[in-house]
Amino acid sequence: MPEVTPGETGNGVQIDLISGARMEGLTSMEKIRLILDGVRDGNIVVLEEGLSPDEESKLIEVTMTEISPDEFNGIEIETYPQTGGGSKGFLGRLIGKESNKKLTVIGPANQIETLHKDENLISALVSRK
Amino acid sequence: MGLFTDLRDSISRAVDRMFSDSEPKRIGIYGPPNAGKTTLANRIARDWTGDAVGPESHIPHETRRARRKENVEIERNGKTVNIDIVDTPGVTTKVDYKEFLEHDMEKDDAVRRSREATEGVAEAMHWLREDVDGVIYVLDSTEDPFTQVNTMLIGIIESQDLPVLIFANKTDLDDSNVQRIANAFPQHETVPLSALEGNNMDEVYGKIAEYFG
Repeated sequence: MPEVTPGETGNGVQIDLISGARMEGLTSMEKIRLILDGVRDGNIVVLEEGLSPDEESKLIEVTMTEISPDEFNGIEIETYPQTGGGSKGFLGRLIGKESNKKLTVIGPANQIETLHKDENLISALVSRK
Repeated sequence: MGLFTDLRDSISRAVDRMFSDSEPKRIGIYGPPNAGKTTLANRIARDWTGDAVGPESHIPHETRRARRKENVEIERNGKTVNIDIVDTPGVTTKVDYKEFLEHDMEKDDAVRRSREATEGVAEAMHWLREDVDGVIYVLDSTEDPFTQVNTMLIGIIESQDLPVLIFANKTDLDDSNVQRIANAFPQHETVPLSALEGNNMDEVYGKIAEYFG
């Protein structure tokens, strides 16, 4: 498959599939920056392992500070719903650690629309800018 | 190192809570826009203090600043529970000023409202991470509860180890479906109510006293 450089995607939509390993060494703010920089460029970002609840909270907060009329309306984000919520163990709760491995799709709010979502399937419509 | 820091912080939070029983608990009212959070906050505040918390509206993002009503004393079963109610802006991941134009607003007003709304959501997230002791999560029982914002917010609240009650609001409307909310979040107690009509408020106050007292 021939490679195009970023910015030369023409009429297409760029999709960044980011592995858990790529995110592992990053701080929370570096992860959020990586996501929002991609989304603000009109890309769809897919995270193999998602974000922790605390990072999701910060992602919402930083997204809000960057919304600008006629420029950036925010993000659309989808993950599979957690099944058996609240099931993390006592130690996990005690130290605030938990498994947060869940495929996460994030895109510009004006370019991605969720068509269907259930525990096993996320179906989304992506449009060009 | 990170693990020990987390452990120390977690123990410190638990100890803080244990020894702060005499202080009013700050209970954040959270949920998506237009779920009836301010209507509920006003209902609670009026019932127990005689004052309201803030203006209610059918236009999304009417509440754009977290508002606190202090020292609300709720009496239940001979026991008094003292709480501060924090009414927060509806949480969302997107705000488009054009949505406000549909509510007969001029562009300048719509842009200003959207800017205030984004600041309010950021503020609400900050309160959730730093400044509340418990959460009432309000949902419109006529709407699908399986949304990303609800899933994320409940996950964030759980990760903070905050006590949470889910209120299925707007039971006075024909297409209200409380069971759908109970099914969506089976790990938490769901309490049906109509904040507007004041239906089932006895159970609401009983649960507030039980969870946050």
